[in-house]
Amino acid sequence: MSLGDSSTQLGRVRGLGSAQEGGEHWIAERVSSVALLFLGTWLIASLLFLPALDHGTIREWLRTPLGAVPMALFIVTAFAHGVDGLKVAVDDYVHDAGNNFALNTLLFFLAVGGGALSLFALGKIAFGAAA
Amino acid sequence: MAEQRARPLSPHLSIWRWGPGMTVSILHRITGGALTVAGLAVLTWWLLALAGSGDDYADFTKVATHPIGLVVLIGLTWAALQHTLSGIRHLIMDTGENFELRANKTGAIATIVVSLMLTAALWFYILGVAK
Repeated sequence: MSLGDSSTQLGRVRGLGSAQEGGEHWIAERVSSVALLFLGTWLIASLLFLPALDHGTIREWLRTPLGAVPMALFIVTAFAHGVDGLKVAVDDYVHDAGNNFALNTLLFFLAVGGGALSLFALGKIAFGAAA
Repeated sequence: MAEQRARPLSPHLSIWRWGPGMTVSILHRITGGALTVAGLAVLTWWLLALAGSGDDYADFTKVATHPIGLVVLIGLTWAALQHTLSGIRHLIMDTGENFELRANKTGAIATIVVSLMLTAALWFYILGVAK
């Protein structure tokens, strides 16, 4: 598949697709959005159903598989979807190729760094000593 | 393989006027940006505070329950709900549905009305339980 071809078979038959590249990016952004629909609902519902929101109660919840695993998925998906979305805005408004590349690279580094930091904190809670 | 035609480039920043559809479209970008920058920063800080001591978490809750902190959290809640609802609307439109003018306009207004109502309901509940 060359750059600009549609990512779907129907789109290729119709001669549709991206003006430049980004069909895969478009699909990935939508897949992560559906994942966040489930994970976000899970996060809000979980916090509402916790008996309290103090340090000990939340840590205890994040030390269970049903707390830690969806939270890890939420962290990865939220940072991925966030940087995918910001890339669309940058590509729309920053037309200079050099600035566009620099800004998208910076946002990518920040997202990977922030996601890694969040996963580290979660891992420390889940696998560390009980408080 | 169909011949590649020149595809239109977005955004068409000079061709629009105020209306529910474009308002929700702009809100989708603004809320997405706010959620990625401020929302993910709060998520990371919350997890790091949880991974730390009880005093670290007390520092977080002190800021989070300060009037300014509450305004930020309530704002992020509304941003998440608005972005989710307009996101669902976009997923429906991605399938080629809901482009009839009246239904499209009603759907756009509905995302704003429902996101505001859900934010109010959620925070009345949270602040009611906290008392």
